Amino acid sequence: MNPYLAPGLILVVLLTVAIGAYGLRFARTTSDFLVASRSVSPSWNAAAISGEYLSAASFLGVAGLVLRYGVDVLWYPVGFAAGYLALLLFVAAPLRRSGAFTLPDFCQVRLRSRPLRRLATAFVLFIGCLYLLPQLQGAGLTFSTLTGGSYAWGALVVSVVVTANVAFGGMRAITFVQAFQYWLKLTALAVPMIFLILQWQSDGRPEVTPPAGAVFPVATTVVVEQDAVLNGVRPVEAGETLHFAAGDPVPTVSTVDAEFGDQWLLPGKTGLFATYSLILATFLGTMGLPHVLVRFYTNPDGASARRTTLVVLAMVGLFYLLPTLYGVLGRIYTPQLLMTGNTDAVVLLLPEAALGGGHLGRLLGALVTAGALAAFLSTSSGLLTSVAGVIFTDVLRSGRSGSIRDFRLATVLAALVPTTLALYVSDMDVSRVVGLAFAVAASSFCPLLVLGIWWRGLTDAGAIAGLVTGGGAAMAAVLVTVLGPPLPSSFAEFVGQPAAWTVPLAFLVMVGVSLLTGRRVPPDVGATMLRLHAPESLRT
Amino acid sequence: MAADPSPRSRTRVVLADAAARRGTADRAGTDLTEQTPIGEALVKGLMRAQLALALRLALVVAAGLGTLPLLFAVAPAVGGYRVFGVHLPWVLLGLLSFPFLVGVGAAYVRWAERNEQDFAALIRRPER
Repeated sequence: MNPYLAPGLILVVLLTVAIGAYGLRFARTTSDFLVASRSVSPSWNAAAISGEYLSAASFLGVAGLVLRYGVDVLWYPVGFAAGYLALLLFVAAPLRRSGAFTLPDFCQVRLRSRPLRRLATAFVLFIGCLYLLPQLQGAGLTFSTLTGGSYAWGALVVSVVVTANVAFGGMRAITFVQAFQYWLKLTALAVPMIFLILQWQSDGRPEVTPPAGAVFPVATTVVVEQDAVLNGVRPVEAGETLHFAAGDPVPTVSTVDAEFGDQWLLPGKTGLFATYSLILATFLGTMGLPHVLVRFYTNPDGASARRTTLVVLAMVGLFYLLPTLYGVLGRIYTPQLLMTGNTDAVVLLLPEAALGGGHLGRLLGALVTAGALAAFLSTSSGLLTSVAGVIFTDVLRSGRSGSIRDFRLATVLAALVPTTLALYVSDMDVSRVVGLAFAVAASSFCPLLVLGIWWRGLTDAGAIAGLVTGGGAAMAAVLVTVLGPPLPSSFAEFVGQPAAWTVPLAFLVMVGVSLLTGRRVPPDVGATMLRLHAPESLRT
Repeated sequence: MAADPSPRSRTRVVLADAAARRGTADRAGTDLTEQTPIGEALVKGLMRAQLALALRLALVVAAGLGTLPLLFAVAPAVGGYRVFGVHLPWVLLGLLSFPFLVGVGAAYVRWAERNEQDFAALIRRPER
């Protein structure tokens, strides 16, 4: 095991706690925190939002997908970043001006409907759980990759640590902690990448897709985990150990879905429907994620909310340049992952694989792992806090005078379902599950926010109908994909990437039912619109 | 909105309200907070300007990025084109898309703030 690993991880946890404690000296209550953060500049605030946003799916999953499928999955990082542009164009400033802290709050402010609020709460809980699931999966995967321990223990340990942290306030969602996590994550990918590229240069720039097919760079041992067929001819059994010498070609494994050669290098393998579905889901889904919206409230006004979003877009875009490079270099230095299917681990394994087991490789390996830990901690803490907050106010109905004990109960409730699911669903690509969460958010909250902000005619009945049909359809598709049996391939695309039909469906139903129930438009819609759109400087 | 009736009704509202309140409240500001037809029209104008700006820039992104999958499907030869030894789709998606998105975002922030300044200037304009 890497000797730098444990000190590195402990250092991350200690620094996180120390910065959190430093911040706590200034902010003891929630409202203190909110007021304090209004003196925070957009760039600090943006680093905090990016820190919370860049999850295990971004840190590990994107590189894994690129390693496996090639150019077609580059739409994931592009979409994850472009989501902030959609948020900026249509939502950022008016949402901040609405004063809403969560999505149910926004429903209350705009449409004054209790049933809608409850429905929105249900969707926040579902999306929150769905988004927590891949974080825990990633944690389990990291744990089992690095220590050889079992996947379940890793997921369980991170879940318990994060739950305890949020429940006991050990790591409150403090701007500086999350901002620190962003810079840590960026450094943890950028610094090793510099050395990796230098190594690639000194190795004589080996081709990413050599014409003769991928080869092992060094002698490699692969343990077969399930029965499969190599290269379509040679059957192997679970538990069998395969030895490959340096320069041997990498065999294809029947149980692992991966692309090779031009299929990997050139676009067009994924169908147009699935690609556009993914684009819609990621472009429009970001604005509906529960932990993203909460942070917008920490901006002092609408104009700074816009500027913050722009900086977030730049920071997130900068970050997403790196996972692609890891996926590409993984093709050269860690081809055995294409045999085991454990492609999400490429970021963790690449430094040691490329730079050797010397001090440099191990040190950089520990740095990358520390970044992964920061990714789990920041995103799951942020998510858990916002989901627990919604359970606290809308499910337990504790109101503002609710006790800390109720909040702790809410935290445990919020953590329970995703943890249980993570123990059973271990074999899905981390980024795929996140893509599904985006699809649900894009077909439920995106139409609600966009129509609610820009169209006076939206009614509570229309909003409810749209959420139920569009969001419900996406939810059903996700449940079938995650829990159900494999579907026939012609049908699987529609269910596996539902956004291309669920998003238009949600918009159409919302507009149609609102037009039919035009009499239910809130009488004070003019005042609400004024509040959403007029600059704060005009308020008296 | 029609410009004809505005001077008359605006005068009436201001004389009634501004004096009664703080004495300093300006006409259009009162129109806004009091939800008069003129105030509504002003907010609608601002909303329309902001929405048109957002939609226009969304269209730029749809044309710039959204057409790429179609392009790669219709003309697969594009994928074989190389820039500095790297295939074009990798350069477009993995590298250039991010500065493009940031550029569009920066343009939006600039123009949206200008719209708001114009709106504020319209409200605060001294009516002499």
